[in-house]
Amino acid sequence: MNKTVALEMKQVSKYFGSLAANRKVDLTVYRGEILAILGENGCGKTTLMNMIAGIYFPDEGQILVDGQEVVIRSPKDAFRHKIGMIHQHFKLVDLFSAAENIVLGINDGERYNLKEVNARVQEIAERYGFHIDPKKKIHEMSVSEKQTVEIIKVLYRGADILILDEPTAVLTPQETEKLFAILKRMRDDGKSILIITHKLHEVLSLSNRVAVLRKGEHIATVETASTNPAELTEMMVGQKVSLNINRPEPENTQDRLLVSDLSLVNADGIKVLDDICFTARSGEILGIAGIAGSGQRELLETIAGLQHPAGGRILYHNPKTDKEEDLRDKTPMQIRELGVRLSFVPEDRLGMGLVANMDIVDNMMLRSYKRGHSLFVDRKKPKDLADRIIRELQISTPGTATPVRRLSGGNVQKVLVGREIAAAPTVLMAAYPVRGLDVNSSYTIYNLLTAQKQQGVAVIFVGEDLDVLVELCDRIMVIANGRVSGIVDGRTATKEEIGVLMTQTRAEIESQKEKEGSDRAEA
Amino acid sequence: MNGWINYLFNAIALGMTFLYGSVGEILTEKAGHLNLGIPGIMCMGGAGGCIALQLMYRSGIPPMLIVIISILAAFLSGVLMGAIYSFLTVTLHANQNVTGLAMTTFGVGMMKFIISKIRPLQYMYALDYFRFPFSDRTDSLKYWGVMVYLAVVVAIVASLVLSRTRVGLHLRAVGENPATADAVGINVTAYKYGATCIGSGIAALGGLFYIMDYSGSPEAYLNIEPFGWLAIALVIFALWRPYLSFFGSMIFGALFVAGSFIPGLLGLTLPMSATPLLEMLPYVVTILVLIITSIRKKRENQPPASLGQSYFREER
Repeated sequence: MNKTVALEMKQVSKYFGSLAANRKVDLTVYRGEILAILGENGCGKTTLMNMIAGIYFPDEGQILVDGQEVVIRSPKDAFRHKIGMIHQHFKLVDLFSAAENIVLGINDGERYNLKEVNARVQEIAERYGFHIDPKKKIHEMSVSEKQTVEIIKVLYRGADILILDEPTAVLTPQETEKLFAILKRMRDDGKSILIITHKLHEVLSLSNRVAVLRKGEHIATVETASTNPAELTEMMVGQKVSLNINRPEPENTQDRLLVSDLSLVNADGIKVLDDICFTARSGEILGIAGIAGSGQRELLETIAGLQHPAGGRILYHNPKTDKEEDLRDKTPMQIRELGVRLSFVPEDRLGMGLVANMDIVDNMMLRSYKRGHSLFVDRKKPKDLADRIIRELQISTPGTATPVRRLSGGNVQKVLVGREIAAAPTVLMAAYPVRGLDVNSSYTIYNLLTAQKQQGVAVIFVGEDLDVLVELCDRIMVIANGRVSGIVDGRTATKEEIGVLMTQTRAEIESQKEKEGSDRAEA
Repeated sequence: MNGWINYLFNAIALGMTFLYGSVGEILTEKAGHLNLGIPGIMCMGGAGGCIALQLMYRSGIPPMLIVIISILAAFLSGVLMGAIYSFLTVTLHANQNVTGLAMTTFGVGMMKFIISKIRPLQYMYALDYFRFPFSDRTDSLKYWGVMVYLAVVVAIVASLVLSRTRVGLHLRAVGENPATADAVGINVTAYKYGATCIGSGIAALGGLFYIMDYSGSPEAYLNIEPFGWLAIALVIFALWRPYLSFFGSMIFGALFVAGSFIPGLLGLTLPMSATPLLEMLPYVVTILVLIITSIRKKRENQPPASLGQSYFREER
């Protein structure tokens, strides 16, 4: 193959204060190739790409496009050199249509005419096989549609070098496959594609070459065809890691939480939960899979008593009294006292559960401030607890008096999960507990959840990485559009099977239910 | 029937005070900045215009030029206030509410000081000039001077710019999601400064209009501040759309002067103490509109998403 260099980085460094986000990185990108940038969280992948895209300016080193040294000080400069980046968090104006977002910021001197824009957008879409309605408003779009808009936005500006920051994190397996097909078509069209990811199997199936970063440094760039997952992981982490999650067989299972016909209507009058039925058992991890925003959050909040369901029952089998209690009659405080714990890790990590400006001890106290009869709060016990959690979960912090917001994302999540586990729950609900964590921290959290399961806790785990769900969970409930589209065995289910269930429409679930109903009637 | 026509003309004329203020505020808010300094800015507009008039007193400059120069002076006073506000909130990231309130306190006080130092005759002489092209008429048409028409033109232009041009698209993007606008290469700071300064300039015209065109009384300047607050309320009433604010301003005008016209027109006698109650009507209507739009919760009718928030580039 005749390779021409599209972009070159020479000895590029970027410092944030005294911390080196990137140190003397060399990188070469050819025309017509897909280069995967692989590395753990915080290893500087995104920073490096941001320097090409003009978000950051390198402190040292050179960037060459087509052999010419260039200065990229802003995204506009990047576009001038035909470089475009699709960020992980979409940079779109929700209230605008797809076409308006696509032309945003272009000042080509031509008259502003949305009709022409629509036509050109369609033309680009057809060329690479996208499906898009240029007039649709962003806030009415699904995640994958928004991503399509982002990609077309870059192509519309004539980009030849495309950078995608973790594009598959929010997609279902089917959508991922579609995206990969499109990316391959672009590569064959001569475009250079840089893709940031930490999913190894995607790297292997898509890329031509892989560049591995570790702690801000470039470790190596290898041909994808001549490498394997073990080698890549070793380069990424710097040591051999076992990527297997320990999954012991559930023991002494007992029905702990019985949810039946649960529905919930949100403030806009839309049914976000519809006839949800499932059972969570002690000593078992129940995974919940689904496209983001299918009702996972609402389901957990309803169980925790934070939302009032429109109908249905949530029965809790109390192991202490051996009686069943309806959680719907109880306040969130009473539900917590029963041992049903919600450790919710929302999108912004600190939004729910922890107060960013308070230190670890104060955050521990959020759960215990009502204890005791003294006029003043007791800080001694929360302090002990904080010390214990820091020790046991290996949280790296200067001390218990450090505000939580100063900790890194992984450590914040450990504080949150640690606090909920410390309360000796009987039901532990964790939503996206590993979101944004690197490989090592993620496995620490998985092991914590497994340890809880072995102690007889009913664990409900909402996850987004299907690879992890099928390795960690005993059973997996799939939610689509606020309905349960299936409950599968975690040991036998495949990702594809779950992916199909995730994208089912209401009508499909409906007809399937009916079919099952009639089958049962016949039997 | 003449009474009703008078009422209508008066309502529309007063409404233009609000229209200047609210169109100015809409432009500012579209850039994501809540400028509570509008009352002060309108006051300063009045003061700036009056200073210009005093300087041109008995100078022999043609009346039309006097009007244009004083309008420009009012506009520039507003731009100056807007520039101070922008520097504090955009560049220094100061809290927008506090800065705005400070601008109002400053503007109101400064204007009272300035105008009380000018002898009324030295600016009131131009009252008739502002009535062109109808300076010679004696009928209802004389209610409206050139600034009424200017207000309508400004509102229409603002509306077109926001909805039909690239500049408008970029400005709306800055107010909705500055990080996105920044990422596609729009100069967020320039748009914020531009929209705030031009918006303040437009709002400032409202003050001059009220003193020289609508009221024509030497005490008029004492009344500008409450109209500034009404203009801000009108922005919500108009759902951040200049053309709706055009109709809204007329409704507000009609409601505001209802107390002095309606009882007479209907042959009612109301006690004097009822007038302030009637003057509350625009605020009551604003609250009703707020309730209705909150219930309907349509995305298009909400304030710009980044309104009131400072934009830091490095924060992602």
